[in-house]
Amino acid sequence: MTLGRTFRHGIHPEEHKEATAGLAIERMPFVERYVLPLAQHTGAPSRPLVEVGERVTRGQTIAEAVGFVSTALHATVDGQVTAIAPRPHPSGKLVPAIEIAADPWSPQRYPAGEAIDPLRLSRESFVAELQLAGLVGLGGAAFPTHVKYRLPEGGRIERLLVNGCECEPFLTSDHRLMLERTADVVRGAEIAAHHLGARQVVFGVEHNKPDAIAALERAVAERPAMRVVALAVKYPQGAEKMLIRAVWGEEVPSGKLPLDLGIVVNNVATMAAIADWFDRRRPLIERVVTVAGPGVRRPANLLVALGTPARAVLEHCGGLAESTREVVMGGPMMGTPLASLDVPIVKGTSGLLAFTDAEAHLPTEYTCIKCGRCVEACPQFLNPSRLGRLARAGRFEEMMGYHALDCVECGSCSFACPSGIPVVQLIRVAKGALRERAAIGTKP
Amino acid sequence: MSRAPDPRLVVQAAPFLRSQVSTPRIMGDVLVALAPALAAGVWFFGLSALLVVLAATAACVATDWAFGGRASVRDLSAVVTGVLVGLVLPPSLPLWMAALGGFVAIGLGKAAWGGLGHNLFNPALVGRAFLQAAFPIALTTWVPSQGPLALYRGNFALPFLHASTDAVSSATPLGQMKFLGAATPLADLFWGNVSGSIGETSAAAILLGALYLLARRTFDWRLPAGMLGAAALLAEVVHQVAPARYPGALFTLLSGGLLFGAVYMASDPVTSPLAPRGAWIFAAGAGVLVVLIRFWGGLPEGVMYAILLMNAASPLIDRALQPRRFGARAPRESR
Repeated sequence: MTLGRTFRHGIHPEEHKEATAGLAIERMPFVERYVLPLAQHTGAPSRPLVEVGERVTRGQTIAEAVGFVSTALHATVDGQVTAIAPRPHPSGKLVPAIEIAADPWSPQRYPAGEAIDPLRLSRESFVAELQLAGLVGLGGAAFPTHVKYRLPEGGRIERLLVNGCECEPFLTSDHRLMLERTADVVRGAEIAAHHLGARQVVFGVEHNKPDAIAALERAVAERPAMRVVALAVKYPQGAEKMLIRAVWGEEVPSGKLPLDLGIVVNNVATMAAIADWFDRRRPLIERVVTVAGPGVRRPANLLVALGTPARAVLEHCGGLAESTREVVMGGPMMGTPLASLDVPIVKGTSGLLAFTDAEAHLPTEYTCIKCGRCVEACPQFLNPSRLGRLARAGRFEEMMGYHALDCVECGSCSFACPSGIPVVQLIRVAKGALRERAAIGTKP
Repeated sequence: MSRAPDPRLVVQAAPFLRSQVSTPRIMGDVLVALAPALAAGVWFFGLSALLVVLAATAACVATDWAFGGRASVRDLSAVVTGVLVGLVLPPSLPLWMAALGGFVAIGLGKAAWGGLGHNLFNPALVGRAFLQAAFPIALTTWVPSQGPLALYRGNFALPFLHASTDAVSSATPLGQMKFLGAATPLADLFWGNVSGSIGETSAAAILLGALYLLARRTFDWRLPAGMLGAAALLAEVVHQVAPARYPGALFTLLSGGLLFGAVYMASDPVTSPLAPRGAWIFAAGAGVLVVLIRFWGGLPEGVMYAILLMNAASPLIDRALQPRRFGARAPRESR
């Protein structure tokens, strides 16, 4: 058995993917009300283009990008705008959102537009198109895709790395997408590679998805520039720096971006969304969400229209078990805990997980015994034990000497800690404080 | 619109999964790994061995409770310290001294530093070092093995009265080597049928415990491996130069407290460096010191001081050898 390529350190949480890995993607039925926050991406919130009371159609642009690091937002159903007001956001804050009441008589079909040939577009118009499509990285960070495609002066991209690791436990949405929409994933990669000028396209997939690897290998068999690399099953394999290390053995220098090595990393779902936009003129109005966890009665991989309330999705999956104590949007390692089920599915929502009393209790905390398990887990080769101690003591400045800002917040340290110390959270808080101090001009 | 009430949702920070390894489990693993050494001690030194270990352990737990309360005791670290203290004491030691050693181990070795995780020195060795300094005679009074039912009179000496020594006393293999130039058969050293501290005589039992810790991935194997490797290497080199005066690698490894100290004391995570490179330096330093003290020092045995000295150096080693962060220099292994 080959172990597959990988990065150093990291952790091996139980995968928990068996409940949904074999379930085909099914469409979540339309519901009455949709909430589309204007901030579903990293960067400036979008600006509304519609007014309360206005009728909108599925796929219509209802908010536009404000500046370059921002993107468009589209109506995800036929219906009527009922409010433009603050609404609960998965982050826990109230965020301005466009609320749409779905038209109960509409069949909610998206009229496929006329395909345009993306290969004939200039680089500039390609980038503009991606922004108009509202595309963001669908792996979870929701970084506007077009930003990655505008190269700096003199910048050169040689390699496109398509991320199909899905290293978070429980999640299977990318797995199903690679299986069921293989051609679209490859098509999107072809379009992206053309505009980047990338001569090499690699699909990185953990080898716990042999069927997806086989499907992709068949699809790229005729394309000499593309290949599939099977990777070891290890968390956080899908973190872009770890993925690059696994595939090419190169480390992105501290403080730099993959771009500096001439590499762009995109999620497989983002690739399929690129194909959707150019081949069918369908903007980002829906995505695949894995609904799973011990608290979910009927786990599923659902194709969900953005803006659907989490509550409706969970009810469609048979509701929550009595003992449910925790609902998480995203994966169990880096996801967001929900305080309320009245938040919508957004562009970055890869999963909706429910945990019960058995999993959701806070671990008993003991003092750090410097066992070094966090050091051996940290994929960035930091010293989380030391960072955690300094953070708890409020000695944030000293943390800079231990490279606190290199932390990718993957949570491997917290996972590994036998003393139940919330290491990554301590570091996260300190990083926030350090950035804030830097921003207000005091010495960081 | 009516619907079932939402569950009361807990909001805590990611990650929402945790590994099954907990600090009490680690301590429990160490206790299981210590069982063979304790069993060997009882086999050779009888009930006395058990009584000494119990006295030290009870004192450790009581002291931990007194300083840190219930919360401090539940991590089981005081039990581990107590058993460790007991196992490095002579079997005929007065029980009150064993208890005093346990008290000092936790009080001075741990609580005074701020509790578990904050101490600079290995608590069990602090307790042992205190006893060695306070009662040098009692701590070097060795008895021969008398089987599993043995009960030495020395155990029941009352505090601050002249310790009644047992009629028959015997030197340890290290003492015989150092002062008489006599070597003990290696088989006796391996199985443990020699005089010495309760848990230190049987190499077989200690190795069994080490294998368990290795299988459970409970300790950093570099610490015992580095210490034993460095001691064996240095001893063998010196032995080759002057074979008549100095014992070789095998005798060095199997005699005295080296194996026990390397497996259970040097491997204490709190008092050893965190990063792998630091662990090698710490372990090698301890191994070299053991041989230096044994061969050229005034004492027959030096494991305790070797580890305590390296404990003191541990924070410095940690500071000097932080892990190299990812991307600090980019290796190009393959394209």
